[in-house]
Amino acid sequence: MRRALAILPVGLLALVLVAFMVGLRRDPSILPSMLIGKPLPAFALAPLRPDEPGFASADLTGEPVMLNVFASWCGPCKEEHPVLLQLKSQGVKIVGLDWKEDAMAGARWLAANGDPYVRAGNDASGRTGIDLGVSGVPETFILDRQGRVRYRQVGAITPEVWSQTIAPLMARLRAES
Amino acid sequence: MAAEVGQFALILALVLAVVQSGATLWGAGRGEPVLMALGRAAAVLQGGFVILAFGCLAVSYVACDFSVALVAEHSNSQQPLAYRFAATWGSHEGSMLLWVLILGIYGAAVALFGGTLRETLQARVLGVQGLIGVAFLGFLIFTSNPFLRLSPVPLEGTELNPLLQDPGLVSHPPLLYLGYVGFSVAFAFAVAALLEGRVDAAWARWVRPWVLAAWVPLTCGITLGSLWAYYELGWGGWWFWDPVENASLMPWLLGTALLHSSLVLERRGALVSWTILLAILTFSLSLVGTFLVRSGILTSVHAFAVDPKRGIYILGIIAVTTGAALGLYAWRAPSLRTGALFAPLSREGGITLNNLFLVALTATVFLGTFSPVFIELVGSDKISVGPPYYARTFAPLAIPLLALVVFGPMLNWKRDTVATVLRRVRIPAAMAAVAVLIGLITVGWKGVVSALALGLAAWLVAGAAAIPARRWWAGRANLRRAIRTTPPAVFGLSLAHAGLGLLLLGITGVSAWHSDKVLTMRPGDSTAFAGRTITLDSVGLADGPNYQARQARFEITGRGGPYTLVAERRAYASNQTTEAAIHVTPLGNLYISGGDEQDGGIVVRLWDHPLIVWIWIGGFVMAFGGLVSLCDRRLRLGVAARAPRPALVPAPAE
Repeated sequence: MRRALAILPVGLLALVLVAFMVGLRRDPSILPSMLIGKPLPAFALAPLRPDEPGFASADLTGEPVMLNVFASWCGPCKEEHPVLLQLKSQGVKIVGLDWKEDAMAGARWLAANGDPYVRAGNDASGRTGIDLGVSGVPETFILDRQGRVRYRQVGAITPEVWSQTIAPLMARLRAES
Repeated sequence: MAAEVGQFALILALVLAVVQSGATLWGAGRGEPVLMALGRAAAVLQGGFVILAFGCLAVSYVACDFSVALVAEHSNSQQPLAYRFAATWGSHEGSMLLWVLILGIYGAAVALFGGTLRETLQARVLGVQGLIGVAFLGFLIFTSNPFLRLSPVPLEGTELNPLLQDPGLVSHPPLLYLGYVGFSVAFAFAVAALLEGRVDAAWARWVRPWVLAAWVPLTCGITLGSLWAYYELGWGGWWFWDPVENASLMPWLLGTALLHSSLVLERRGALVSWTILLAILTFSLSLVGTFLVRSGILTSVHAFAVDPKRGIYILGIIAVTTGAALGLYAWRAPSLRTGALFAPLSREGGITLNNLFLVALTATVFLGTFSPVFIELVGSDKISVGPPYYARTFAPLAIPLLALVVFGPMLNWKRDTVATVLRRVRIPAAMAAVAVLIGLITVGWKGVVSALALGLAAWLVAGAAAIPARRWWAGRANLRRAIRTTPPAVFGLSLAHAGLGLLLLGITGVSAWHSDKVLTMRPGDSTAFAGRTITLDSVGLADGPNYQARQARFEITGRGGPYTLVAERRAYASNQTTEAAIHVTPLGNLYISGGDEQDGGIVVRLWDHPLIVWIWIGGFVMAFGGLVSLCDRRLRLGVAARAPRPALVPAPAE
């Protein structure tokens, strides 16, 4: 009995070490999305830019698109912004969802920092964000031609994330019929 | 130049650590005094070379030598001198060097001042310490070399993360490491005892000051960390159950258990193998904390630049050190002498119960912290638990433990009876009842839970005061003498337990009665909040040494007023920080944090934090109690050595 009790700690340690070993191989910032492979939940967003309409989930079909969730109050969004502007100049179609703030604040922020979006909508109440399962900004969804979510990026899109993950995926989606 | 000297000093320290462990372990096994003396000399020299290496890095920082890659990454010439120096341990590499520095100093202290120990025991302790030194020096030199040069040399460096440029955070890591590494000495003693196959009261007399010397700075470090998070992060919270905070809390909880069980071992010779196990596990949890912060296994707000390769190395260190120690434990512990018997109702019994609670609390925090790892292992879900988990698991375990704390010191060793114990706690119990009544009168029936918590806090403080009071009452015939002859340990015990009560008072106040408000204010606007009128007077710009600040000036009238508060938002070159304006009083804090600009005004967050300051006062009082107790041990050890020369007294942590 005493011996069994004395062996117990070293046994538990072995289990914990195995768990840590496995744990090290994964990336803690990957959050799987329940939406992968499914169409976007239906939504219709209020306009963000004063003289333009907002957009609805149905508008996002036809060709692969990046749906970028942002807010003027979010620090990492500023970091991501130049990358998005550069992608716009390369002809990537990005739609913007301004999350949890007044449309005025979002529009002013875009006017000051540059506007990378082909269409932009405002989700002041955060309701659409909840439907999308947004956990924080920035977050980006990649949609295929049928408007299904194919990938979810949590956190800023850095040049590396773009070139290594998103660009190949978008090229593949464009090739799909 | 300094960088190369430092590099060579580190390499020499590694070689010396190998010599230290080899010579002492071999020498102790063969009973060779010459080899053991060689090991001792190596330990002292290793300490010297690590100090030299650390000094070299510090000199590079202070002199802004940007040819050293680490300096260029974490310091710039605009930074004030104090923060240039503090940047020495502001990076992963630098903080590992600090870790190795403390380890080296402790090893040298055991070698220099451990003359009263049995020679083979001292040698084996140094041997185990040397092995830990080899592991960490190897880690430093091979995976995280702080002395790498940079070519071409940049003209200016990137500054230290502005959040870290703060007096609280500058002293936070050294204090934590004094604690973590201090437990390595207890670990070394435990493994040495297993190797010797002998645990006696002399062993416990030696371990206890080391555990205390680790526990005191760790308590201070955690308290400071919480204080820093409160005033610097601008969220108005004091504890977030973040993985990195938990990493320091786990060794603290287990270290507290060790502190109590080693007392039983010292006084009564009981709980022998349990104390050994706790000593091993406490240091292992310190290692796990290091692993957690640096490996990227979990995401955290304050983790260092993470690198899974370093994670593998530290995991290897844990596997080897803890694995070998626990393996040795499995082999040797059953043959250790079982301790003296005691009745369930006795001071020993009380401390055993305390230990069970503390171990359960540690397990709770451990499972909560690593839940994403464990849950993903079983299923594929990614779940991390937050404050609701801890509210449901930690609190129900902590509350009975807090209620039992008062009984411990009132129990006699060996055996006691229920009636006498209850009689001894009648005055604290009466005071707790009064506190509950006062609470109920002020907040009414709806606040019955907070009133009970206030009662528990009063119970703890009154119970702590009863410890010396009982002693003095017994010696009241000659009160002056009774007070003068009270050993510091009694005061230390009383202070530490009272600190716990103050901590609980603060937690109760802020959790039950805090309130907050968010609004946009333009200069001239005023708002009513928590019995005060707060007016935004002006918003202006000001220059700091290496930042530009936007200062929002508030006039407060009403409760405690009138006074002026200035909330800052500082823009550093790389980042910005929020310096909240806080008006501190014993009854509560007013906390104002100025956020983004919006609609011609600024977003202002207001918090009212009743009694919150007692959280940190409680933490520091606990640590002070430990320090007082440490003074007592010193004297007693001197007596036990029969040659009470002060120089022979073990030097506790600096």
